[in-house]
Amino acid sequence: MHALHVSDLTVSYDKKPVLEDVSFSIPNGSITGIIGPNGAGKSTLIKSILRLIPSITGEVKVYGEPYAQQKKLIGYVPQRSEVDWDFPTNALDVVLMGRYRHIGIFKRAKKAEITWARECLQKVGMLGYAERQISQLSGGQQQRVFLARALAQDAMVYFMDEPFSGVDAATERAIIQLMKNWKQEGKTVIVVHHDLQTVEDYFDHVLLLNKQLVDFGETPKVFTLENLEKTYGGKIAFLQKTPSTEKEHHAHGHLAFESE
Amino acid sequence: MDTLLSSLSNANFQWVLVGSLLLGFASGVIGSFVLLKKQSLISDAMAHAALPGVCIMFLIFEVKSIPILLIGAAITSFLATQAIQFIINKSRIKTDAAIGIIISVFFGFGIVLLTYIQQNSTGSQAGLDTFIFGQAASLVKSDVQLITGGAFLLVLISMLFFKEFKLTLFDPQFAKGIGLPVSFLNGLMLFLVVAIVVIGIQMVGVILIAALLITPPLAARYWTERLGVMAILAGIFGAISGVLGAVISTTIVGLPTGPVIVLSASFIFFISLLFGKKKGLVIRRVRQA
Ligand SMILES: Nc1ncnc2c1ncn2[C@@H]1O[C@H](COP(=O)(O)OP(=O)(O)O)[C@@H](O)[C@H]1O
Ligand SMILES: [Mg+2]
Repeated sequence: MHALHVSDLTVSYDKKPVLEDVSFSIPNGSITGIIGPNGAGKSTLIKSILRLIPSITGEVKVYGEPYAQQKKLIGYVPQRSEVDWDFPTNALDVVLMGRYRHIGIFKRAKKAEITWARECLQKVGMLGYAERQISQLSGGQQQRVFLARALAQDAMVYFMDEPFSGVDAATERAIIQLMKNWKQEGKTVIVVHHDLQTVEDYFDHVLLLNKQLVDFGETPKVFTLENLEKTYGGKIAFLQKTPSTEKEHHAHGHLAFESE
Repeated sequence: MDTLLSSLSNANFQWVLVGSLLLGFASGVIGSFVLLKKQSLISDAMAHAALPGVCIMFLIFEVKSIPILLIGAAITSFLATQAIQFIINKSRIKTDAAIGIIISVFFGFGIVLLTYIQQNSTGSQAGLDTFIFGQAASLVKSDVQLITGGAFLLVLISMLFFKEFKLTLFDPQFAKGIGLPVSFLNGLMLFLVVAIVVIGIQMVGVILIAALLITPPLAARYWTERLGVMAILAGIFGAISGVLGAVISTTIVGLPTGPVIVLSASFIFFISLLFGKKKGLVIRRVRQA
C-alpha cells in the first residue's frame, strides 16, 4: 500500500516553472528524505502536495484516495522561519493549534484537548516550557514546539520542511527519535533535508529533486555519486573519500554541497 | 463642570457615551488583528479612502443620510485595498509606496469633492467636514444606534472566530493545511476593518481612525503576551479613549472628537511604554540594575 502517490505534478510561480512533471509513490511506514540544492523546489513540492499553493497539473493520492478526502491524515511541520515568533502566544497554545480541527470552529479547547497538548509537549521534552512565550524559546525549542504540534495532529503521513536547520544536537536527536517512533507506528514521514552527510543514516528512501525528479527509491540504490552530480550539477565536493565511495562509486556520508 | 453635568443627564449624550465606549472597544479588538497582520498602514489608507465615498454619495443622492454616505465610504475604502493590491502585483512599486500613493490620491480626491460640496450645497454647508476629524456632538440617536449595534456585531464576530483568526495570523500555511478556510477568514478580517472604519468615521474622522485601531493594541502589547488578553486589554484601552474623547469634545464647544480620542489613546500608550509589565522601559531598566 502506498501512503502517498503523486503523479505529473507541475507547479509554476508567475509562469516561471518550478516543478516539472514530478511523479513518485512513497510506501507506507517509511522515512523519505527530499534532497536537492537551494531553490530546487523542495518546499514547493511539499506545499503543492498539501494544496497550500496551486499546481498546474498533477494528482495526489493518500492511501489510494484523492488528497481532498484524506486531509485529516496529514501532519505538517513548516519551515521554522516561516512564522513570526514574536507573535503573542505561548508554547502550549501553539501545540493546541494542531487540535483545532478536532475542537471545531466557534468552540474553545476543552480540558481533554489541553491535556493531550501537554502530553505532546512532554514527548518532545518541552513540558516545562508550556507557558513560555514563544519568542523566549531557542531555535531548537521552537522546532520542538512545532514537532509537538504535529504530534498533536495525530496524523498518518507527516511532512517536515528542514526540521534540522538551526537546531542543537539534542533537538536533532529528539527529531530522529520521533521519526523512528512514527515509523514504528506504521506512519509515513517525508522530510526536506539538506545535509548530505546524514542522509544515509536518517532515511530509508531518498527523493532527489532539482526542478524535475532526478531519482527516487531506496537510499542505497538512489543516493549515488552519479545521481548527486545530476542533482547538484557537478557542484559536489568530497570532503573525504572512503574506500567504499571509491570502489562502489557510491556516496557514503562524506559529501558536501559546495555553495557558491 | 456644569456643562459636563448637564450633558451627562442629556439622553442623547448618554447614547453617545455608550456608542463611543463600544466603538472604542471594537476598534481595540479589531486593531489587535490588524497590528499582527502588519496592516497598520493599509488600514490608514482604508480610512482616508472613505472620504471620497462619503462625498460621492452626497453628490449623487443630495441628502445627508448617514447609511447612504457610509455605504459610499465602505465602497471606496474597499476599492483602496484592491488598488493597493493591484499596484503591488502589477508593478515593481513596494507596499509602503503603493499605500502612500493610494492615500494621497483618494484623500486628495475626497478633499476636492468636499470643497466643491461646501461651496455649492444649498444653505449651510452639508456638515460633511465632521467626517475629517469626527464630531461626537453631531451624532443623533439613530447614528449612535448604528455605531452601537455595528460595534457590538463586530466584537461578536471577533469572538466567534477568535481561534481561527489567531491561527490564520500566526501560521496561515498550517491553517490552510488543517483545512481552515483561510481566504474566507482573511476576507472576514478585511471586512471587520472596513466596517469599523465606516461606523467610526463620524465620531473619530477619517484621518485619525487608524490611530484608534492601532494605538490601543500597541499599548496592550506591553502588558501581555497572550493574544486573547491583548485583544481584551486593547478593547478596554480603546473604550476609555473613546469615552474620554466623547466627553471632553462635547464639553468644550468646537473641539473635534477624533483628536481627543487619539490623544487619550496615545497617553495610555506612553504609560504602557514606560511602565508595561512585559517590555516597558522602566521594568527593563529595573531588571538590568
Ligand atoms: N512565493 C513565491 N513566489 C515566486 N517564486 C517563488 C516563491 N516561492 C519560491 N519561489 C521560487 O521557486 C523556486 C523553488 O523554491 P523552493 O521550493 O522554496 O526551493 P527549496 O525549498 O528547494 O529551497 C525558487 O527559485 C524560488 O525562488
Ligand atoms: Mg525550502
